[in-house]
Amino acid sequence: MQTLEYPFDSGLILQKKRSLKRQLAAQEGLVPKKVAILSGSTIGEIKNILELFLLNAGIQPEFYVGGYALYYENILFDDGSLAAFQPDILYIHTSSKNIVNLPTQADSPQQVEEKFSAECARWQTLWNAAAKFGCPVIQNNFELPGYRLMGSMDAVDTHGHVNFINRLNTMTAEYAAKTPNFYMHDLAYLAASVGLDNWFSPTVWYAYKYAMDTQYIPVLCHSVANIIKSLFGKNKKSVVLDLDNTLWGGVIGDDGPEGIVLGKETPAGMAYSEFQQYLKELSRLGVLLNVCSKNEEEMAKKGFERADSILKLDDFVCFKANWEPKHRNIAAIAQQINLLPDSFVFMDDNPAEREIVRRELPGVTVPELTAPEMYIRALDKAGYFEVTTLSADDKKRNEMYKQNAQRAALEQSFGNYEDYLKSLEMHCEIGAFDQAHAERITQLINKTNQFNLTTRRYTAAEVEALMNDDQYITLYGRLVDKFGDNGIVTALIAHKTAPGEADIDLWIMSCRTFKRQLEHAMFDRLVAVCAEQGIRKINGFYYPTAKNLPVKDFYATIGFEKVAEDEQGNRTFAFTGFDGYQPQCTVMETVLL
Amino acid sequence: MDSNAIFEAVQQIFRDNFDDEELVLTRETCADDIEDWDSLEQINLLTAIEKKFGLKFGLADVRDLQNVGDLLDLIERMTA
Repeated sequence: MQTLEYPFDSGLILQKKRSLKRQLAAQEGLVPKKVAILSGSTIGEIKNILELFLLNAGIQPEFYVGGYALYYENILFDDGSLAAFQPDILYIHTSSKNIVNLPTQADSPQQVEEKFSAECARWQTLWNAAAKFGCPVIQNNFELPGYRLMGSMDAVDTHGHVNFINRLNTMTAEYAAKTPNFYMHDLAYLAASVGLDNWFSPTVWYAYKYAMDTQYIPVLCHSVANIIKSLFGKNKKSVVLDLDNTLWGGVIGDDGPEGIVLGKETPAGMAYSEFQQYLKELSRLGVLLNVCSKNEEEMAKKGFERADSILKLDDFVCFKANWEPKHRNIAAIAQQINLLPDSFVFMDDNPAEREIVRRELPGVTVPELTAPEMYIRALDKAGYFEVTTLSADDKKRNEMYKQNAQRAALEQSFGNYEDYLKSLEMHCEIGAFDQAHAERITQLINKTNQFNLTTRRYTAAEVEALMNDDQYITLYGRLVDKFGDNGIVTALIAHKTAPGEADIDLWIMSCRTFKRQLEHAMFDRLVAVCAEQGIRKINGFYYPTAKNLPVKDFYATIGFEKVAEDEQGNRTFAFTGFDGYQPQCTVMETVLL
Repeated sequence: MDSNAIFEAVQQIFRDNFDDEELVLTRETCADDIEDWDSLEQINLLTAIEKKFGLKFGLADVRDLQNVGDLLDLIERMTA
């Protein structure tokens, strides 16, 4: 909803929250999640507005609201209600007002150090206890104080509260860096970006005990919701970029490659170059870059041959420079790289093009753009690509999609699909879940939507618990071919039910390896593992969502029989063909790990 | 801004905040009369009024507000 997209009008959101909630809650396909908010100060309205931003991200939250300022007690001395709530997310909304060991000028340097150690220990005790709830924990860091007794020296002398808070923030960041499932929410950055004197209002603090001015609650909630949506795989994955007056100034068809505005010679040129630099870094995080521009292709490509162009042609996965309507090009890009339109952000300086894409492809996010020097902010502050975990695969993703484009080119030269698959010289590696791959497996489970039979999500803690449970069979698969390593792209979880029987709880595969027979290799392995363990019947389930329709008959294609289907379209399948089972994967070697 | 205009603007803010276009205020309307008017909503109303009239309320200003009449008088005093 545009009202909730950056740059939003905070006042309007606060005022219209009831009607906004009504409209957002009416959407289809919302994913229910349980969110516990723990309070260091008043949180009532924070809950209400966070709900709007989560709904906007496709998440239907159910809340546990901690008692006023009882964050510590609610977590360390839970009366059972928080554990019973079984949170999917625990958000600890604290602030500098919750620091209890701030030094005074009367303290000796040694006493200051003791206070700092005591404060660190207090927070770490809280965080270690929070981990027991087995869900991601989001913890605010600490905003700088509204006043400084010693002026600038407050940041230098250890008695200074600025100094103390800066050290506390460093400690918090270090804890987050080494603790899985613990995410620091950078409240200090947020407060600084709106200005400390705006962020904290003494009136609002004393009158209502909000540790921030209520008018910035939407800013806070947008920022927290970005972390939550990222954790639940709702990030955008790709940017589609216009060229003229978006990636450079001027019109390349008229001005020629030497005439476009780019580089260090002009103020506007520098702004475009910095935007290109930002995009280049974004692609290194695994965000896929594409071009969609009304231009002659040959001419358009020349823009990236300039020595001072930071983006080069091979930074893009798809390059569409033609005279087709843009929404058709974007739909074609989505199909080509096998992503849904709602994974895309489209950036174009032309308001008419933006409007057409918004109307024709409603899933695509289309930020408003003003002047080139503001493009980075429009993209950055929106938080489309909020990073919560970064796996080695993320950094290679652009490379992998480019390899896919090469595969597609190769496919066209073969008449027979199996010959094509064989020509890829694939092999796969399949093993049970282990510690070394747990992070990537969890990430894959939580962001895969299309090849996902049950759309069950698992936290890191749950994935780890499965590894040591002999009632569970887990498999993950990596696919390698002559163009490169696709990384871990598929995972399966089954558990034993009755004697000789197992249910497949989860089976997912990344869309970039559809139709490569990897699913057959996985099933061949599952059948072998089950046979070893005396299992004679495997049950498979398909639960429909807005995105997983392509796999509704998947089980039937690999030898299952459909045994039931209810009114919601939930299907149950059974496999019993153990005797004389012939491996279904015929195009690659499987290496067992 | 005259009293009438202030009243109309405040009424519109209440209608927006409570998502109720039929809402009619009087000087005597108080928190007991509107189901959703709790302490949370009080803050939102004041924030919206601050924005609309370009004001900033202090602690002393918001302490003794009993009903809509008090609110209207406060705005009138501060915009005078």
